[in-house]
Amino acid sequence: MSRLTQERTVRRAAGKPAKSDKPAAARKAVRFSVLTVVAIAFISPMIFMVVTAFKTRADATGIPPSWIPNPFSLQAFETILAPGGGTPVLQWFTNSMLAAGLNATLVVATATLAAYPLARMSFRGKNLVFGLIVATLLVPPVILVIPNYLIVSSLGWLNSLIAIIVPTAASAFGVFFMRQFFVSLPLELEEAARIDGANRWTIFWSIVLPLARPAMATLALLAFLGNWNDFLWPVYVLFSPEVQTLPAGLSTLQSANAVRYDLLMAGAVVASVPVLVLFVFLQRFIIEGVSRSGVKG
Amino acid sequence: MTSHVSTGVLSAEGAPDGPAAAGPRKQRRAGGIPQQGSATPWLFLAPYLALFGAFVVLPALLGVWISLHDWDYTMPRQPFVGLENYVALFQPDSVNFESFWGSMRATGIFTLFSVPLLLVVPLAVALLMSQNFPGRNFFRAVYFAPYVLGVAVVAVLWRYLLDNNIGLVNYYLGALGLPDDTAWTTSTPAAWVALIGVTVWWTLGFNAVIYLAALQEIPAELYEAARMDGANAWNQFVHVTLPGLRPILSFITIITLIASANMFGQSYLMTQGGPGRETRTAIYQIAETGLRNFQMGDAAAMSYVLTVFLMAVSVVVFFVFREKKEAGK
Repeated sequence: MSRLTQERTVRRAAGKPAKSDKPAAARKAVRFSVLTVVAIAFISPMIFMVVTAFKTRADATGIPPSWIPNPFSLQAFETILAPGGGTPVLQWFTNSMLAAGLNATLVVATATLAAYPLARMSFRGKNLVFGLIVATLLVPPVILVIPNYLIVSSLGWLNSLIAIIVPTAASAFGVFFMRQFFVSLPLELEEAARIDGANRWTIFWSIVLPLARPAMATLALLAFLGNWNDFLWPVYVLFSPEVQTLPAGLSTLQSANAVRYDLLMAGAVVASVPVLVLFVFLQRFIIEGVSRSGVKG
Repeated sequence: MTSHVSTGVLSAEGAPDGPAAAGPRKQRRAGGIPQQGSATPWLFLAPYLALFGAFVVLPALLGVWISLHDWDYTMPRQPFVGLENYVALFQPDSVNFESFWGSMRATGIFTLFSVPLLLVVPLAVALLMSQNFPGRNFFRAVYFAPYVLGVAVVAVLWRYLLDNNIGLVNYYLGALGLPDDTAWTTSTPAAWVALIGVTVWWTLGFNAVIYLAALQEIPAELYEAARMDGANAWNQFVHVTLPGLRPILSFITIITLIASANMFGQSYLMTQGGPGRETRTAIYQIAETGLRNFQMGDAAAMSYVLTVFLMAVSVVVFFVFREKKEAGK
């Protein structure tokens, strides 16, 4: 396909006006400027968050707002990171890392194991199990919150990190996601191994799992992000300052320092850096994971 | 896109059930490979099912049980009250009537305005990006970035930007000669504009990415054929793009609807449900009733009423899209 036809088809795909008299360059320029303006609206709040985190208390509330800290100050970080300050941000950071890391591991391990027989074995009750799992994708999470609080409470998990790690690891989305992946793999390798006498576990462990690594990585990322950013559940099941995750902690920080925006932005930066770093380096996996979940839905 | 795009979603069959994948493969599986021991699949499933049973199935059932009791978490006994908790929600003189329906109203307002915006704006952005051009991945990443920040960071950040006195938003509005003293987080309807605007900023990229993937699935030949038939851009959008997006449209509508109906963090952190209780959403009210005041029976009943509403709306959405699909054929 020539460049021109290609461009036309794609432009058509975009549903853009197809008047051939209007020069393509002008149209390109318009699209580029619209996208740029929107991009600025998306980036500048985040930049301002980082800028404010390095301001002094007075500078953070100064009018007109300045885009360069004057003076450049680490005060806000020193205050929120100080041990014994009532807002143990470093502890929250560790808690969030631990919770999101362990939760993602648990999600990937259980969902991958469960998805394999649902994709590749035939057995009684399979449709029932898979149907039940998929049906819960449509259940609004709110109806689980109150009873799960009681379950977590009777397990003695209230106000401890395990409440953030285990209950949310029952990921119906994860099973669904991994099953769709397994179904898309060619059967031949597994069949060959089976004819050679390998058992199901060996096939799964040494043939299927290595192929599934990209899908597992994507699921791990999505689970990590989801857990890292989870808000309602940690706010209500974690009470003590030292057990909180970053989002719940940010809420504490906000109620303790309503207009100390320097401190709040420093806290927000601490909560954002790990996910933004993950995003910058692994955005393809994250975005493709999300878009694939949609196409499949 | 990869092959599992065409894979049937709700089918529990072992093989892809698209037309292309039928036939020989299935037969081979059924006949050629000896079956595993009957315990094997369950061993694979066991760890997941343990979690699923304990934290999804059990609570789903327990919730009904709780809602039938006067379940005060702080009390030693939780007497059975039948449907009283539900009945009370519909009695104007009951304690919870006003607060609950007020919160349902708040959720309704938020959903009514945020869902259409979150369906249309991301589609427009995705259409702008559906052509290959230099920097496309950069734009896509920028639009998606707020989503990875999570609701807590987004809400805390925007409460600062929307501060009445020293916020960036009011400052720049003033610089443009517009009113610069809007109380974005403490007065309505400004608070609704703020909550909805921030939510669009936060989740636009998520929906746009899903649209973008779906747009790329529409075969270019269809546009070519439409053009041959003399279709203009609008006709192509209506007759090729929209029908091509229809399956994804119902999916996006339903997940956006569920997400909006579950709105909590924005209101909790930006407006604290205020002014008064005007922006306190149903989820906020349920969480406060059940997990702050420990009236779990009432809260569980509220959550089922909300769920019934949500499911009714989802069913309507589902049929609206199905209807159109059939009519279009």
